[in-house]
Amino acid sequence: MTVHTAPTGTPADQAKSSELSFIGALRANMRDYGLLLALILIMLFFQYFTAGVLFKPVNLTNIILQNSYIIVMALGMLLVIVAGHIDLSVGSVSGFVGALAAMLMVGWKFPPELAFLAHPIVAGAICLLAGAAIGAAQGYLIAYHKIPSFIVTLAGMLIFKGLSLAILAGKSVGPFPTEFQLLSAGFIPDLIGPTTLPWLAENGQNVVLHTTTMVIAILAVVGSVFFSIRTRARRRARGYDVEPFSLFVVKNLVIAALVLFFAYMLASYRGLPNVLVVMGVLIAFFVFLTKRLTFGRRIYALGGNLKAAALSGVKTERTTFYIFAIMGALAALAGMIYAARLNSATPKAGQGLELDVIAAVFIGGASALGGVGQVAGAVIGAFIMGVMNNGMSIMGVNIDWQQMIKGVVLLAAVFFDLYNKNRSA
Amino acid sequence: MSKTILEMRNITKTFPGVKALSDVNLDVQEGEIHAICGENGAGKSTLMKVLSGVYPHGSYEGHIVYKGEEQNFRSIRDSEHKGIVIIHQELALVPLLSIAENIFLGNEQAKNGVIDWDETRDGARKLLAMVGLSEDPDTLVTNIGLGKQQLVEIAKALSKQVQLLILDEPTASLSEKDSQALLDLLLEFKKQGITSIIISHKLNEISRVADRVTVIRDGRTIETMDTNDITEDRIITSMVGRSLEDRYPSREPKIGDVVLEVKNWSVYHPQHRERQVIKNIDINLRKGEVVGIAGLMGSGRTEFAMSLFGKSYGQKISGEVFKNGRKIDVANVGKAIANGIAYATEDRKNYGLNLIDHIKHNTTIANLAGISRWGVIDDLAELDVANDYRKKTNIRSSSVYQVTGNLSGGNQQKVVLSKWLYANPEVLILDEPTRGIDVGAKYEIYTIINQLAAQGKAILVISSEMPELLGITDRLYVMNEGRIVGEMPTSEASQEKIMRSIVRAEGKAS
Repeated sequence: MTVHTAPTGTPADQAKSSELSFIGALRANMRDYGLLLALILIMLFFQYFTAGVLFKPVNLTNIILQNSYIIVMALGMLLVIVAGHIDLSVGSVSGFVGALAAMLMVGWKFPPELAFLAHPIVAGAICLLAGAAIGAAQGYLIAYHKIPSFIVTLAGMLIFKGLSLAILAGKSVGPFPTEFQLLSAGFIPDLIGPTTLPWLAENGQNVVLHTTTMVIAILAVVGSVFFSIRTRARRRARGYDVEPFSLFVVKNLVIAALVLFFAYMLASYRGLPNVLVVMGVLIAFFVFLTKRLTFGRRIYALGGNLKAAALSGVKTERTTFYIFAIMGALAALAGMIYAARLNSATPKAGQGLELDVIAAVFIGGASALGGVGQVAGAVIGAFIMGVMNNGMSIMGVNIDWQQMIKGVVLLAAVFFDLYNKNRSA
Repeated sequence: MSKTILEMRNITKTFPGVKALSDVNLDVQEGEIHAICGENGAGKSTLMKVLSGVYPHGSYEGHIVYKGEEQNFRSIRDSEHKGIVIIHQELALVPLLSIAENIFLGNEQAKNGVIDWDETRDGARKLLAMVGLSEDPDTLVTNIGLGKQQLVEIAKALSKQVQLLILDEPTASLSEKDSQALLDLLLEFKKQGITSIIISHKLNEISRVADRVTVIRDGRTIETMDTNDITEDRIITSMVGRSLEDRYPSREPKIGDVVLEVKNWSVYHPQHRERQVIKNIDINLRKGEVVGIAGLMGSGRTEFAMSLFGKSYGQKISGEVFKNGRKIDVANVGKAIANGIAYATEDRKNYGLNLIDHIKHNTTIANLAGISRWGVIDDLAELDVANDYRKKTNIRSSSVYQVTGNLSGGNQQKVVLSKWLYANPEVLILDEPTRGIDVGAKYEIYTIINQLAAQGKAILVISSEMPELLGITDRLYVMNEGRIVGEMPTSEASQEKIMRSIVRAEGKAS
């Protein structure tokens, strides 16, 4: 008698198939890791060509401070672009809100009963609301009146460029109160106290670490490893495929090593900048929003196929409206960070920033047709631009060349992405 | 005897995951009209795309011999150069250019890049005369009807010195009169020695004009017949691969109380405020009942369904909807879904699916509440749901992470069904649920419909295929020009009876 083996294989084969092969899984995730790899390569490139300046703790801190406002806006722009829209006004809106912040805190002389408006926290809240309101107004026209976002926000760009000139009366206004400056210039306090590492002394100077920063980084790493182990265990318990254990370990080790390395770098300068804390919280929230919230899911659905989403009960208009309101609030926050960093509001502030923000999102793999894009991609995209700006400036590359090189990188990134997609299709 | 003009030998064409054609053979005699028949998805259009160079030489296996020479077409330009012109189902005309501009598009009557407009107009007029069209060549294409647009396409083909004309379902969207004119034209061309290949579903047309018929099923040549030996039954059996009786799964209807009742429903056109598209429609659906809406294209069936589903079509909508005797609000899609109504569209690519996203996300989008709490999605619950429905509806894919744009039509339709099944409606409206999918998948979809009815859901099926309606429904409404013009139990219905109520209504209207 012949025994027929089922075409799906023996039970042992099936057990094996729930763990994909290492190479196969790596290849499947190559697009996700490719961008991170590109960032690391670019950093190493500049580390070499700037004779080691790029990775100096003070410079890494600077890169974060210089790009914080771009990243904050890139988070909102990702939603806008995934929804199939564009927002050209964010640069001008951020400039306008910076100007508004300056006038509230410094420029306008309020009567005593209104003096509370000049308090940095109150003024900050007003600015965020103003940004959200601006975004909401543009979003209203785009979502409910179906005016193309390109046109609405192009108009917005001109309007708010003009408005910031108007309320600043063409002058720079500053300096800001110290509390407000802390937003960009401050670092978190070292509650635990510094740790000295004498064995790493260089030129007779001890390495002094910002201990709180290291503790936060270690907690973050432990937390992330804990959650990824838990997710893996849960998937497995429900009988779903998981990535091979080797890849899982390598991935977690690499991420942990990167985080700890950068934390160490920051800790050996002045610790975590306040603005990085703000950014970190925002990035984490936006990752959660896009991956786990129904609101995020609806954005991808309407960006992928607006009509199908509407016929599936997605309130496409309301969702679009909220996206622009969020974008406005983030542009406001970015405007305040920018102004706090310069310690004054200038009429030219924020101009042209929208292009860097949009470029970051596209380098990060978002599709201009909507429906595709990841928060992590946009953040890495922003850092790629930021590191290139920083590295080329240190190398003394002229601004004209810098612009051209950035343009080529944007093109190359998108071209490479499309090429990969076509090959896999 | 006439000689062979075209021979396609052992053509095999594979797409990632699907074998669209395997060892297809076709030979066409000079001067004949050769029909190609087959179900949707059988591979007819793919075969013609191979022939015309849309799929270039090298992307398929097999040989094409045309006029005694082996051909390796690398693009449409190559095949057109040899006098092979294909006219696709979706016309390739630019609506806002004139007839003359369209005819000579890509082949402009120009000297050194400067267009000679007199030459263009004269040439166009001559070609239009050949196809029996008396329009001014300067008329914009958007301003003439579909039938005339089809003729413009043919005039365009003539301008390329066509010797082998391929028409892909040329009469699919034409009226009876325009279809007749087109077929007469083909017979006229035949006299002039132009060979034609016509892809068509309409058996009466085939028997009228074609000399021979080749039937293709599931990517294989089944047989080639002389028209003299053709009977409809023979073609159908050959097309379907099984006799008609087995095309519809059997069912014991268990029909309960009225679930949904629509009263006095009226809808106006979204752009033209005065034009009433749906006129005072009353219908009802019972628990466990499958009800069909029959009617010609443009009778307002889809418009009615979409206006009912959250007012997704039209304006100035009036009328009342009752569910289980209680009046319900269907003012937007969200409310319609919440009230247990689902509508699976006829146009799954444009209205049904997010083609760039995978099966999992498409399955849950209409019922995110079911897999989330406080707006936070439970990943694993979602994966469970998607896998569950993938199994229930028998979607063939590598996993639920396969992008829906890469699925075949039948599997895409099953994803659309999964989406609406997961929304758990009491009333399911299926608009052309089997359009463009193969016979096997059709059978599976009918089975799903039967299961749903057995679970006590009320199902409204809109379909242009009358045999399908007769095969799967319990009761039929007939629609014409925005009105319900007939209602009958399916057991008493026939194609003739349905057509009669449509024609009678037309008579009354005029």
